[in-house]
Amino acid sequence: MIPGILLQIIQTLVAILLAPLLLGWVNLCRAWLQGRRAPPLTQPYRVLKKLFHKDAVIAHTASPLFRFAPYMVFACMALAAGIVPTFANDLAFSPAADAIALVGVFALARVFLALAAMDIGTSFGTLGARREMLISFLAEPALLMVFFTASLISHSTALPTIVETLAHKEFVIYPSMAFAAVAFWMVSTAENARIPVDNPATHLELTMIHEAMILEYSARHLALIEWAVSLKLFTYSALGIALFVPWGIAARGDFAALPLAFLALTLKMVVGGATLSLLEATAAKVRLFRAPEFLGTAFMLAVLGMLTHFLLEV
Amino acid sequence: MLLPIDFLMLAVAGWLLLGVAGLALPSHSAWFGRMLFPLGALISLGVGLVGVGFSGESAQVAILAIGLPDLPFHLRLDSLSALFVTLLGLAGGGIGWFASGYFRPGKGQDGLRLLCLEYHLFLASMLLVLLADDAYAFMVVWELMALSSYFLVTSEHEDPEIRRAGFLYLLMAHVGAVSLLLCFGVMQGGEIGNLGGNLAGNHSGNLGTYTFSAMRHARMTPFWASTAFLLALFGFGAKAGLVPLHVWLPEAHPAAPAPVSALMSGVMLKTAIYGLLRVTFDLLHVRFAWWGILALGLGLVTALYGVLFAAVQSDMKRLLAWSSIENIGVLLAGFGLTLIFATDGKGALAALALTAMFYHALNHAFFKGLLFTGAGAVLHATGERNMDRLGGLMRWMPWTAWLTLVGALAIAGLPPLNGFVSEWLLLQAFLLTPGLSQPSLNMVIPVAAASVALAAALAAYVMVKFFGVTFLGVARSDSVQHAHEASWRERAGMLWLATGCILLGLFPTQVIAWLAPAVRMLSGHALAQSPSWFLLAPVDAERASYAPLVFFAVVLATLLGVFLWVRSVYHGRVRRADPWDCGYPEQDARMQDSAEGFGQPIRQIFSSFMQVDRETPDPFERHPRYSGESRDMIWGLVYRPIATLVAWASSQAGRLQHGRIQWYLIYSFATLIFLLVFVAR
Repeated sequence: MIPGILLQIIQTLVAILLAPLLLGWVNLCRAWLQGRRAPPLTQPYRVLKKLFHKDAVIAHTASPLFRFAPYMVFACMALAAGIVPTFANDLAFSPAADAIALVGVFALARVFLALAAMDIGTSFGTLGARREMLISFLAEPALLMVFFTASLISHSTALPTIVETLAHKEFVIYPSMAFAAVAFWMVSTAENARIPVDNPATHLELTMIHEAMILEYSARHLALIEWAVSLKLFTYSALGIALFVPWGIAARGDFAALPLAFLALTLKMVVGGATLSLLEATAAKVRLFRAPEFLGTAFMLAVLGMLTHFLLEV
Repeated sequence: MLLPIDFLMLAVAGWLLLGVAGLALPSHSAWFGRMLFPLGALISLGVGLVGVGFSGESAQVAILAIGLPDLPFHLRLDSLSALFVTLLGLAGGGIGWFASGYFRPGKGQDGLRLLCLEYHLFLASMLLVLLADDAYAFMVVWELMALSSYFLVTSEHEDPEIRRAGFLYLLMAHVGAVSLLLCFGVMQGGEIGNLGGNLAGNHSGNLGTYTFSAMRHARMTPFWASTAFLLALFGFGAKAGLVPLHVWLPEAHPAAPAPVSALMSGVMLKTAIYGLLRVTFDLLHVRFAWWGILALGLGLVTALYGVLFAAVQSDMKRLLAWSSIENIGVLLAGFGLTLIFATDGKGALAALALTAMFYHALNHAFFKGLLFTGAGAVLHATGERNMDRLGGLMRWMPWTAWLTLVGALAIAGLPPLNGFVSEWLLLQAFLLTPGLSQPSLNMVIPVAAASVALAAALAAYVMVKFFGVTFLGVARSDSVQHAHEASWRERAGMLWLATGCILLGLFPTQVIAWLAPAVRMLSGHALAQSPSWFLLAPVDAERASYAPLVFFAVVLATLLGVFLWVRSVYHGRVRRADPWDCGYPEQDARMQDSAEGFGQPIRQIFSSFMQVDRETPDPFERHPRYSGESRDMIWGLVYRPIATLVAWASSQAGRLQHGRIQWYLIYSFATLIFLLVFVAR
């Protein structure tokens, strides 16, 4: 129990502290691919530091909910990061929240952010909230179906058990997980506001979704949200790794494997971040009303994955 | 020594007494709010406590010597009844407390006198529906419930729209009641010969065939059992708002005063679910898998249909009514899943699905009661039900806003509130289907699970819209500027319901342990014991577990930690300024999304499911006006043809009427001859 708690705290802290680094790496790769001079790897940390030092400017019409939401969003993302195994498959907190609860945590953060966006009463805020909810109502069930496919294989919705089945039991090729992997990639681009659904680098009113929601935030509130965004990207990457390429993660009670597992995680994250920026650089952002089709495809693929499991693997 | 069932009958008597006492008061007396409604709420709470305390005891029966001679009312309190009695009492208590502040002596000739009578009659009849143990008593109190709620719905009958909604409700209630009557007829069908013999023979013969206990022992062929089930599904479905029988619900619920809407949505719809459970799992002795598949399919269609239409509504209460349809769909899906598991011999899994369903029924009573009362408080404060004329109410009504937020988050299925627990349990039940013996069913289940997940995600969309447009942003009309906070009684009622949402969310193991007797009564199994008091693990902890208390504590600790860290390491300075909004100088309230605008994406994506009437303004108009409404296509597809057919048939029948006495005499003569021939055979 004690090593579990210790590993839990370490993993969560690692996630919180290293998440901006992953974002920096993705931005770096993207700048390279676009032929720009890249910002330093630590740029996200500098942005956070700058934002925390500034005075918060809040609209006259803001209610307490507006000031509460960034803390809530950050807490949710920190909790989500604590549920997903990164380098050690030993999490003391995992019995308290399984994969379905993870989807619930993401939804909780999203709803608070959307409500905060509607709070000021500006046109862009409500626009962003509406679009975010539109994207998520398809992305959320698709993500749930991806988890269902994995949990049908492992007979469990607890993430450590899923990872254990996939990583440490005998090696089996699951066709259903191939469907799930494609669906998961599509969902994570949408949930993390990346191309082709949203573009984190734009403030063009016709296209922005996530950025429209946080337009009114400044200083420490914005810093918390930006941090939460990078944490979300980190958590989704860790999830993708845990579900589809879990090999190398340290099994329960296997402390000797920890350094190697950490190395494996770093390597996977580096490759994953580079792949993400490559995919982003080669894709175009879709029109808003194409996004439901994109996500509808993800949803269908995830359901197909489940059906494939029943057809081929039972 | 008084038994629990005696206490419940005392409660019925108390409610009736309160109703009659109201008639004696002057119509605008302040005593309604100070005395009668609070007393009614206290009785509700007492009923709830009796229900809570009863769980697990063996059934108690009582016979009331009212009704016709030789046809007494049989009452019975068992675990299933006790569960729903608790739901009625605890949710009804909060709503009653709210009602005591909501109903104020105002306009109208009768003031509160009739309202008080109808309201308490409604409560009493709902309680009796849950206790009735014979078909006769059941139908009588079922009708009483329909009628008292009809009069409550039409309490503002000066408005023709409300009269129309009331008529539709009455009509659907009676179509359903006829179906139920036939269902009970089928279930005692085997015994009719005996009944006739007894009637012809000695008068004191056994007339017990109409009791539920006789029906439990009746043996039916599969055909008649299925007929009884389908009739029950139709009859109770009409009451619960099953698609396509739901058309009355979005009309009647908004028309009623807020506490009545809350009672109807939160409690009355559950009596239909109760009836369906009673008939299917208790009274019928056989069950078939296809019943479950039918119920699952209908439930999923209802859930998705309801939530889609909820997303495009502009009227607060209509939105909530559609959301009730969605929740009934989810309940029915849980019911179908239970049936599928039970007929497949998987008792433990049936117990899980049934637990999820019971849990959701309890949850829905609390959060829908809370949301309807919140909407009622807004309606009182501003006089507006249309969300397009609201906005920014969080500044004028902080209590109502925060309490409603709890309900909105709960119904959206977000952890750690109660909606998430039942959703979690239901999804776990879906995940256990690979245990089924029929492979074809295994293929259906993923699609069903996906639909439930989709409905839950859409519910979050609906609730962001409901809360965001009503309480956040900037006021869209002047009526909001004069809004006032709800009275303390109204707030107390809402606080009670919100506390219920939170406690049901945080202590699922305790609630599930309490639900166990009812689950065991219907499915023959109970869930596995949880490994510890705060860890919910319905199958085993390795498979799936959820600990809301730990979850909540961690979120709270992180929130506090981050807050204190930011404050101590950096600073807490704040400057107030105008909104930034990308630097647009001209901001006004009309630039926010209207309710219609927020639902526009859903309307566009699912336009083939709804009929959209839009009036777009001319680009050169000085004061452009826009109106848009998304209508239910079922009206045109199902109800209009039926109405046309009925009108045609009655006009054909009308040909018989000439107004001439000779013809009528000939009719009587022909009928007489026909009957004589019939009897002589």
